[in-house]
Amino acid sequence: MINLVLFKITLLFYFAATACYLFDVITRRDQSGKVARWLLIGGFALHCATLAARFVEVGHTPVTNLHESLSFFAWTIVGIYFLFDLRYRLTVLGAFVCPLALVLMIGSSAAPAGPPEINPLLQSWWFPVHVTLAFLGNAVFAVAFIAGIMYLLQERMLKSKKFSGLFYRLPSLETLDSINYKCLSFGFPLMTMGIITGAVWANSAWGGYWRWDPKETWALITWFLYAALLHGRLTVGWRGRRAAIFAIVGFVCLLFTFLGVNLLLSGEHSFKSLQGP
Amino acid sequence: MSANKRDFTTAIWDFFCSLKLTISLLILLAVTSIIGTVIQQNRSPEQYLEVYSVTTYRVLESLQFFDMYHSWWFLTLLGLFSINLIACSVKRFPRVWKTVREPVLVADDTLYRTFSNLEEHLVNQPLPQVRDRLAAFLGKEFASPVVTVEGEKVHLFAQKGAWARFGVYVTHLSILIIFLGAIMGSLLGYKGYVNILEGSSIDKVVPRGGSEPIPLGFTVRCDSFSVSFYEGTGRPKEYKSMLTVLENGVAVIKDRPVVVNDPLTYKGITFYQSSYQPAGDAVFQFTVKDRQSGQDQNVSARFGQPVKLAGGGSFRVFNAKEDPAFGITAQLELTTAAGERRFAQVAQRAPDLDALRGGEQIFTLVEFKQRYFTGLQVAKDPGVWVVWVGCTMMIIGSLIAFFLSHRRIWITLQPVGGKTGIKMGGTAHRNQPGFELFFDEFKKKFKAEIS
Repeated sequence: MINLVLFKITLLFYFAATACYLFDVITRRDQSGKVARWLLIGGFALHCATLAARFVEVGHTPVTNLHESLSFFAWTIVGIYFLFDLRYRLTVLGAFVCPLALVLMIGSSAAPAGPPEINPLLQSWWFPVHVTLAFLGNAVFAVAFIAGIMYLLQERMLKSKKFSGLFYRLPSLETLDSINYKCLSFGFPLMTMGIITGAVWANSAWGGYWRWDPKETWALITWFLYAALLHGRLTVGWRGRRAAIFAIVGFVCLLFTFLGVNLLLSGEHSFKSLQGP
Repeated sequence: MSANKRDFTTAIWDFFCSLKLTISLLILLAVTSIIGTVIQQNRSPEQYLEVYSVTTYRVLESLQFFDMYHSWWFLTLLGLFSINLIACSVKRFPRVWKTVREPVLVADDTLYRTFSNLEEHLVNQPLPQVRDRLAAFLGKEFASPVVTVEGEKVHLFAQKGAWARFGVYVTHLSILIIFLGAIMGSLLGYKGYVNILEGSSIDKVVPRGGSEPIPLGFTVRCDSFSVSFYEGTGRPKEYKSMLTVLENGVAVIKDRPVVVNDPLTYKGITFYQSSYQPAGDAVFQFTVKDRQSGQDQNVSARFGQPVKLAGGGSFRVFNAKEDPAFGITAQLELTTAAGERRFAQVAQRAPDLDALRGGEQIFTLVEFKQRYFTGLQVAKDPGVWVVWVGCTMMIIGSLIAFFLSHRRIWITLQPVGGKTGIKMGGTAHRNQPGFELFFDEFKKKFKAEIS
């Protein structure tokens, strides 16, 4: 299978990019950051090829099991990062995003790729639409999570006046806060559309648009939290620290929705995509 | 109304209009929703008692934790949320309506002071000329302005995307519409499940949580059912029911294939392919040829059941599976007339296989039939289209609310001797950084225009 070979090369690229990013942040060498960026671009291109090859080889949108889902999540995160990179040009954002993508890819490579057999439920056009919107939303919120962590790190260094090398690389608190809002304004509609397309699909497959399945419920829980953050920002005037903490909590919930529900709770979204009726 | 009473009413109204209530409710809904994902919902008491002690069971039961999303307290939270949503909108909407319908055409110094995007100039041209040029310029670069004359001052006002302010209200209204659709569905609709044996039909369905069957008003017949499997693992790839709908004995829908993700709807009732199960044992049709006499006999055998053969002896099918190359293959255990045991193997796509065995009788598998029950989810939900209207509004409303903004530009002209003083300010109700970029560009063109 070509896709598995491409997957391994992508993993190598992400690994090299992560190493260069960390080297850049630790030693503050711009050259290293530039190399890292090109490695990440190369890795992303290969990742696109990996997904396309898998799509062709297995004949369905490759988001049906843990291996495919983690890889797809990493792909959307890197893709969304490049969109932010166009606007903000922050090497340090890459230094946080890239290791996250690498961890997801390592997780993906550890999970069995599985046979190309899917539950008849997944044979629907709503499936690619639903997962793409949902994962894009997740990826945008992952960036918000990273910006939140950077905000708290930066703020702590400013308050304690103990500056590590990272300090010189981190953007201003203001920029980080604006990333927080940007992410919210893209992530929230994406997530909303992800949930709605999921409901449409569920209605055509199961005869009910909402069944309080643990996955649905956790997506709604996360949606409630981001809605709270949104209203806090827009009307009460939450900024900075509180918004950063909310983005972090929201993403932890999101990760639980994505992974925890499948691994710990029972429901229709389990990665055992091969279960019969 | 006494002052006290009015205070109380105002206090209640303020409580429901408060954004703090909104945020608290959102967080409360999020936290309480977790319960239903940890405790399995809508199971039988026996199933719960396997997991919980009797005391725990009683406590959880009295808190309605076993069907928490329909419990009085969860519905109360949703009710409060709706009231909060309505109250906030009622309070804020008139002001927004006024902003849109009756825009502030004249900016005074107080208003100018609030703008971060501000520009002042003095040009060596008479006011009427500047006014006409700027009005044309605004019309070309932004939007046609409204000109207001106030004493010797002249004010220009132009705006774009005023209706973007309604995006938020469309989104909020959509939530109420979705709730309405959900209530319609639960009051006027039902969900149920039926098993139909191939060849048989049903005309009523027992709703979930109910005991009295509801008549459909028509008959649904399952003409046939088929399932295909992935090679090797035997996992189902596709399963399909051929359904016929009969009304007063007349077929109104004929031979409609129903598969997962492609349901059948008739008169507001929808049938979804949901599961299947084999009905009884598989039946095998054999032709048995006597090697000596050359005579054929047709025998049908149920899986595992011994069948007597004419001319003595018997056999039974003890193993069968589907082979990618040979079709259905079956293994037979034969008992000859003399009481000896033999084994034979037959395959659907290799009819001569058993002849190679050299036995007294030659078995050929002619037909294999496994009857199935098809399991269909039945749903009647007259509120579902309302929910979809709400969802569409939510998507459109939130896209407007997030990505469009109401942008306004004010210009005030004042004669200073023979020259004209120009003051210009602008603001956007959303996406300030984006507006700033636009305004900087606008200023450059503006300077080129007036110089």
